[in-house]
Amino acid sequence: MTSPNRQIVFDNVSKFYGEVLGVNRVSFALDPGITSLVGPNGSGKTTLLNLLTGLIKPTRGSMHVLGLTTRQPMELFRQVGYCTQFDSFPPGITGYDFIFWPLRLHGFGREQAARLTEEAVERAGMTQVARRKVAGYSKGMRQRIRLAQAIAHHPSVLVLDEPLNGLDPIARAEAIALFDSLARQGMHVIISSHILEEVDRISDRVVLMSSGYVVAEGQIREVRQEVRDHPMQILVRCSNAARLASAAFELNHVVEAKILNDGRGVLIRTRDAEQFYLLLNKIVSSGLIEVDAVAPADDDVNSIYQYLIGSIGGPT
Amino acid sequence: MNRRDPITRAKEWTQKQPWELYATQIFVLMRNEIRRNLFTRRRLWVYLLAVIPVVILLIQLAFAHHTADPFYIETQTRVLARIVHLYYVRLGIFFACMGIFTWLFRGEMVERTLHYQFLVPVRREVLVIGKFLAGTLVSIFLFESAVLACFYLSYDRFGAAGRSYILDGPGLHQLGAYLLVTALTCIGYGSVFLALSLLFKNPIVPGLVLMGWETIAPILPAWAQRLSVTSYLRHLCPVQLPAEGPLAIFTVVAEPVAPVLAILGLLCLSVAVLVLSCFLIDRIEITYTAE
Repeated sequence: MTSPNRQIVFDNVSKFYGEVLGVNRVSFALDPGITSLVGPNGSGKTTLLNLLTGLIKPTRGSMHVLGLTTRQPMELFRQVGYCTQFDSFPPGITGYDFIFWPLRLHGFGREQAARLTEEAVERAGMTQVARRKVAGYSKGMRQRIRLAQAIAHHPSVLVLDEPLNGLDPIARAEAIALFDSLARQGMHVIISSHILEEVDRISDRVVLMSSGYVVAEGQIREVRQEVRDHPMQILVRCSNAARLASAAFELNHVVEAKILNDGRGVLIRTRDAEQFYLLLNKIVSSGLIEVDAVAPADDDVNSIYQYLIGSIGGPT
Repeated sequence: MNRRDPITRAKEWTQKQPWELYATQIFVLMRNEIRRNLFTRRRLWVYLLAVIPVVILLIQLAFAHHTADPFYIETQTRVLARIVHLYYVRLGIFFACMGIFTWLFRGEMVERTLHYQFLVPVRREVLVIGKFLAGTLVSIFLFESAVLACFYLSYDRFGAAGRSYILDGPGLHQLGAYLLVTALTCIGYGSVFLALSLLFKNPIVPGLVLMGWETIAPILPAWAQRLSVTSYLRHLCPVQLPAEGPLAIFTVVAEPVAPVLAILGLLCLSVAVLVLSCFLIDRIEITYTAE
């Protein structure tokens, strides 16, 4: 079992903004590695990250980062780097200064701060433009310079709020490789993202959030297993969705048949996929319905997440 | 547990603090604050507040030649006293400090950059002190430069008589007093506006209430006057102005309090307000959407 001094611990944490719920009764402990927070907008991901870094205070409960609390900023922020979602910068600042001066606040001398700054901009692929003003950067460049600032002081915990937003595919792949290499060095990397396919590939564990609650949490395989024990979803795109849904409902193992918004498909939830495929074959061979596509909808975190929160509806 | 324990604990706490790091952090914070927020075009109106009397004196110098007669030195001394007492202390520095010090934190909330200050290993108290010192440095530099310019323009016109008034007469003492009053005004108002900006989302209205408070302070009981910045300054003014006409309500009426006590009183008030700010900053949360 990992020592609490190496873990990130949320202990029954709740945060209310007046009467509005941010997150409620969140409890979990994270070991080093890549952890992904997954959930739709407003699910409480950013609130959780802001609580972790002391930008907001919990209404109830407590958090510990490697045994430190947010009341110990001198120690905590030597260990933590946070790349926020706020796309704003001090007016008139250059990319270089944006990294250099916070390093000086860490207590690094001029030379060491300069060395760390150059190293960080290089890791973020920003060396060529670091001396330019941030106001002239593209969205992707601004994202990368924030990432560079977050990693410049070699933190043990890297917190990233939607870090892949605005990055082009190459930069995105580079960022993912960087997160992966940092995690392999024993760091905590916490990523909030709605780009689920990428999260799926790089995460050691996931925390699924919905409406301020943690709906599932654990190693990605455990979460998958949890889903396997529940009805599987199959998406069928066809010419007569109503007739297929009606036929599917006659089978005992089908628990739900949801017609898609465009009326050209059905999302089936069944406890016996093989039996459903047999029925589908019969219907197709009878010529009553033309089937355009059949696809299992439970292959990635996206579907796990959609199953668990059950609020988005079927794909259209 | 004996009575020396708190003292011993305080000593241990003091020895444990990384004072050198705090000093570096305050220096960096001041440097950043001055470069990013204070010496910028958006602060032009603050510079204007400082130079308005200088411009008026220049105009007077250009068009009212008779005022260069040494006979008018005493008149000019009263004019200068009015400029410092009635304009700089009551209006110019008041509004400049409102602009400078309320923007130190509130401005960063509006620009959505305050989180960068909260995500570095800096105690929030150090943040308050660094920003306060930056604002103080800028306001003192601006207004002391303006007061110096006013003083020069007031007496230079008199030639040898003016120089004699400064070097052999009370001029130099008055200059020192004006500079001291200017610096203390910046410190006093600065600390109050910094605290107001942490207490209120829109510190303008409380600022105007403060102005009303400062205006009626001379007629309040002695204990209430101790909570007014200008009540301390009146004891440091080198030239007493008679309370007459419609401006009487703004005129500082002197009471016999030793200057040292007045200086210490104002500094204590400022430190108390800064300590309050240190508590207030700890309550601040980054919820930009609420701004």
